[in-house]
Amino acid sequence: MSSQFTPVDVSTARHRGRPGQWIATVAVGALAFSIAWTFVTNPTVEWPVVAQYLFFPAILQGLWVTIVLTIGAMAIGIVLGIVLAAARLSNDRLMRGVADFFVWFFRGTPTLVQLIFWYNIAIFIPRVEIGLPGMEPIFSESTNDLIYPLVAALLGLGLNEAAYMCEVIRGGLLSVANGQKEAAQSLGLSSRSTFLKITLPQAMRAIIPPTGNQVIIMLKGTSLVSVMAVADLFYSAQGIYVTTGKVIPLLIVASIWYLAMTSVLYFLQSRLEKRFGRGFNRRVVGRTKSQPKTAKPAPVTALSEGDHP
Amino acid sequence: MTALPLLRAHEVRKSFGHSLVLDSVSLDVARGEVVVLIGPSGAGKSTLLRTLNQLETIDGGSIYLDGELLGYEEHKGRLIHRSEKDTLRQRRRFGMVFQAFNLFPHMTALQNVSYAPTQVRGIKPAAAKAAALALLDQVGLADRAHHYPSELSGGQQQRVAIARSLAMEPDILLFDEPTSALDPELVDDVLQVMRALSLQGQTMIVVTHEMGFARDVADRVVFMTEGAIREIGTPAEIFQDNTNPRLKSFLGSVGTTV
Repeated sequence: MSSQFTPVDVSTARHRGRPGQWIATVAVGALAFSIAWTFVTNPTVEWPVVAQYLFFPAILQGLWVTIVLTIGAMAIGIVLGIVLAAARLSNDRLMRGVADFFVWFFRGTPTLVQLIFWYNIAIFIPRVEIGLPGMEPIFSESTNDLIYPLVAALLGLGLNEAAYMCEVIRGGLLSVANGQKEAAQSLGLSSRSTFLKITLPQAMRAIIPPTGNQVIIMLKGTSLVSVMAVADLFYSAQGIYVTTGKVIPLLIVASIWYLAMTSVLYFLQSRLEKRFGRGFNRRVVGRTKSQPKTAKPAPVTALSEGDHP
Repeated sequence: MTALPLLRAHEVRKSFGHSLVLDSVSLDVARGEVVVLIGPSGAGKSTLLRTLNQLETIDGGSIYLDGELLGYEEHKGRLIHRSEKDTLRQRRRFGMVFQAFNLFPHMTALQNVSYAPTQVRGIKPAAAKAAALALLDQVGLADRAHHYPSELSGGQQQRVAIARSLAMEPDILLFDEPTSALDPELVDDVLQVMRALSLQGQTMIVVTHEMGFARDVADRVVFMTEGAIREIGTPAEIFQDNTNPRLKSFLGSVGTTV
């Protein structure tokens, strides 16, 4: 037995080699190459046509409609979702009942059916009038003038979204410890301030990731409005390929734009997550002074500065 | 005529479902007094504390602060619940320090302390900030003002929580086992802050298992079991001259020798 013992330094260690890793790499690479090759060489793709239509006015117009619909419907969904979530968690039976019914109804029927219903609302209610029975209405308008297709699309997508956002937000609110509410109440904060400034900001951490998901679903889901002849990105692409027959190139054009938009959303989401993670993700905090860990003088009358985390 | 106590709890009753947690509890607290509640867990100490600032409603009896009935008011000869605004005004006169600190994690220490004064007392942000810094200094944490709670130790968090309560200038400060969640070496820092407050004449009601603190700081010690007050007395009466067998056995169980 050797009496000599030299300890090694593990900082130079390398990962254990994994046999088969390189085979998998080659296989995945080959597959990726063949898919790419198909797209590049397939005559139906017609890359020049893709390039030609990528910034085509009708496509850009459709892109804009898709963005407006997504932002508008999500805004309706989030604001109404917050109200519904607060209502579902409240002690008021009436508010809870109304919110429960809303969520039950709008989650329980297909989005497409809701959209077509809003589109055809004039059949159901020809005129919108506000006033008291037996008196001249204060407000009267033909429903078709009031709810034109874009409004119908916004209402349909927004109200449907509110039902889902309600559940996302409610889950987030439930994740906040009850002690937070009690602490706020003890300080005399109103239930409104407590909700808006204490509970909701903390719930945001749990709300943002699924909301990001909802926005992406919404972005793509807006393509449903093509049934209402609202010229969104997909409807515009469709319109072009129906007349020109360039189906694959225009589907690729639409896909490129959808991917570009979801990439932006992905970036925005990570920024928001950082923002609302404040106080939860430990920062590296510079000590105010570098204090050598020597015995500190114990203050007797003064309150001690004491412990470090 | 005797002077009205600052706080009067009169035959307060409270049940959770079928279990009676407060069984006709009466307690008077004078201004400037430090009252320490002791007793085994489940005795109703925390519940009593929480009924005072109306985190829990009471099922019967009544509580008065400065002669004003808490939570209810007379209306056409009947008692009705007070409005939210009124309840908030009453609640504000109590400060509450929790076992689990309950600092707002998304706010720095300074924001934790200054937020409620700006929102509730209508103090200008600059003035509230200055006052908050002074309070953080008072609890020995001036240099931690811009840290988030997650960056502070338990003892530091609890001291921020005390500063947060003080910022509302409460008539009565309630402590619900303020040191029970702390590592042993951090307990003294918090107790020192509480001692300093008692010397300043702050009225306090403290639920704690720190018998040393009760003995040194309390004006009166209240011993509770099973939702009822069994003994009230000076620390000497409770810790030395007691004859109550339940009190004796409780003090024995928490390691306090008589």
